[in-house]
Amino acid sequence: MTFAPKRVLALAAVAVTAALALTACADTGSSSPTSGSSGGSGNLSITFLPKNLGNPYFDTSAKGGQAAVAEFGGTFNQVGPAQASPDGQVSYINTATQQGVGALVVSANDPKAICDSLNQARSAGVKVVTFDSDTETSCRDIFVNQATSDGIAKVQVDLIAKQIGDSGEIAILSAAANATNQNAWIDKMKALLASDHPNIKLVDVVYGNDDDQTSFDKTAALLQAHPNLKGIISPTTVGIAAAARYLSTSAYKGKVALTGLGTPNQMRAYIKDGTVTSFALWNPEDLGYLAAYAAEALIKGEITGKQGDTFTAGKLGKFTVGADGTVLLGDPFVFDASNIDNFNF
Amino acid sequence: MTAPTTTATVRVVKNYDKPFWRRVLLSRETAIVVLLIAVAIVSASTVRGFNQPLTLTFLLLDVAPILLIALPMTLIMITGEIDLSVGSMVGLSSVTTGVLVQAGAPFGVAALAALLVGVIGGAINGFLVTVVGLPSLAVTIGTLALFRGLAVGLLGTTAVTSFPVEWTALAKAKIAGTAIPYIIVPFLVLLVIFALLLHFTPFGRGVYAIGLSKDAARFSGVHVERTKFVLFVLAGVVSAFAGIFYTLRFGSARGDNATGLELQVIAAVVLGGVSVFGGRGQLYGVIAAVLLIGTLSSALRLVNVTSDVINIITGTLLVLSVIGASVLAFLQSRRRRPAPTPTVAASAAS
Repeated sequence: MTFAPKRVLALAAVAVTAALALTACADTGSSSPTSGSSGGSGNLSITFLPKNLGNPYFDTSAKGGQAAVAEFGGTFNQVGPAQASPDGQVSYINTATQQGVGALVVSANDPKAICDSLNQARSAGVKVVTFDSDTETSCRDIFVNQATSDGIAKVQVDLIAKQIGDSGEIAILSAAANATNQNAWIDKMKALLASDHPNIKLVDVVYGNDDDQTSFDKTAALLQAHPNLKGIISPTTVGIAAAARYLSTSAYKGKVALTGLGTPNQMRAYIKDGTVTSFALWNPEDLGYLAAYAAEALIKGEITGKQGDTFTAGKLGKFTVGADGTVLLGDPFVFDASNIDNFNF
Repeated sequence: MTAPTTTATVRVVKNYDKPFWRRVLLSRETAIVVLLIAVAIVSASTVRGFNQPLTLTFLLLDVAPILLIALPMTLIMITGEIDLSVGSMVGLSSVTTGVLVQAGAPFGVAALAALLVGVIGGAINGFLVTVVGLPSLAVTIGTLALFRGLAVGLLGTTAVTSFPVEWTALAKAKIAGTAIPYIIVPFLVLLVIFALLLHFTPFGRGVYAIGLSKDAARFSGVHVERTKFVLFVLAGVVSAFAGIFYTLRFGSARGDNATGLELQVIAAVVLGGVSVFGGRGQLYGVIAAVLLIGTLSSALRLVNVTSDVINIITGTLLVLSVIGASVLAFLQSRRRRPAPTPTVAASAAS
């Protein structure tokens, strides 16, 4: 055969041992890498770890984070996996631990899978702020929440009420029938309609399964089945964009109001052509900005993440830490023709 | 020898007329080992935060699934076949473990069931390749989709996270007094088994013989089909084991776990000097290549290089190594045979 088995095997063993030993030897010789960051007082290097890179939503939140870090004179850095996977994030969390950064600002791809590495980072002195998507509460110091269910339900009801003159038939185009978030919001919207808007009648809830084509077809069916329909709420970004696309080329354009949760890039054309007057979402730039200031307050020891702690987040003002270490950004942001061009996500 | 075995015969002659030390020094494997050591030294001395025990721990935990699966993959690729379904099998094993634990099964039982799923999945690949006679590339592209589909179908978009703490802790625990995680122990056991299998048994000699020439191997009495079948089953069961480790390390069973892992494994195997045409390759080269890619990624992440650029660098390394090997082989065949006969040159280059 083409090899000398014993010698090759011996060489393999030596090579592997050498490779491992080399790295292992390198380990013992050095001093602690976290020097300067332990104690968590002055190390203002802040690393943003979004779900994935190249995502306009997170590019926008990073813009806010970078602005905040520049204001308080820290070092901003954004890293992340190419695909939104928890194992990819773990590598970057571990890297941040090795680097001994001051704080890690994470949008979690999985509430549990990245927990252990986050806690390992925290025990090495890294402060952990989650934003957009939380982990389990035991794995981070603070969660910066973009909006509450109550806030999201209220803004959509308020918008539709304003657009249809607070009376008439409306319908909801949701995501999947068992989507947890959407169902919670719909229940709250129903309660709000019953208590505050007695003249608005919710005639139907249909499900587009967060699929563009299904949502498009459901919109068409909805308008046929309810000729007196005055408005549609779609509390999902896929649904509202599909519904707007249907309305914009139909006879209902301008006659049936549409609002809900959408992103400016998807909705820009329909705002400009008058299909949609206004819709809501949170502002990811403010979210990143607030998360960076929360990280700063943790690093400086101004807050620890317990309920009642307060800190100031630059231009956004003063914030109080609520239950379970949660900081709320505020009411959802309403996008309309006057401001939509300021956003790119 | 008769005509059909010319290629194999020529290669054997060609390699044996060089002294052992020259073969080792000039080999692809040695180059990778040297590169690994160089990258480790440069990183340890220049990259801030690299030079600490944590680096080794994180590095080995990160590459452990790749190291494990690279063992059977090396043997499969030496026979000239390929298994693209290993990443999906990791996902399916993870989901199997998760679903059973969620249903109340003890973790040990769930893990055994996952290993069984690995055996079955590998046997399906092996059956389709050896009995039905389909090309492994086509078969395993199919099972890549099939296993992933089953995994995602079983759990949907949910994740199972309720694993016993003693098991999840074990997956990340370090061997007392070192920075080396325990997962390296089963890896080393498997390494010894695979190395013995490949280098000290007729089975292993058959593996190389199949890669050099399937027909010649068959005429020489190698059980070509049986050998390949066993290798696919081994790939399935080792992937399933990697899936259990993966699940425990992240404490989370998800349908999309380890998506794309097969390409990382195959890239490392090719970088480690295994010929995609079969017949050539060594386990130590592959292991060095896995560690090289891991070390390089670890160091680059520490200096805040983004994941896209890391992919570009490892991809370039892979392409260069393949080009380098071809150029080296060409130069050697030229230098060592100043006046080659046309038939020898043709078959040596094939």
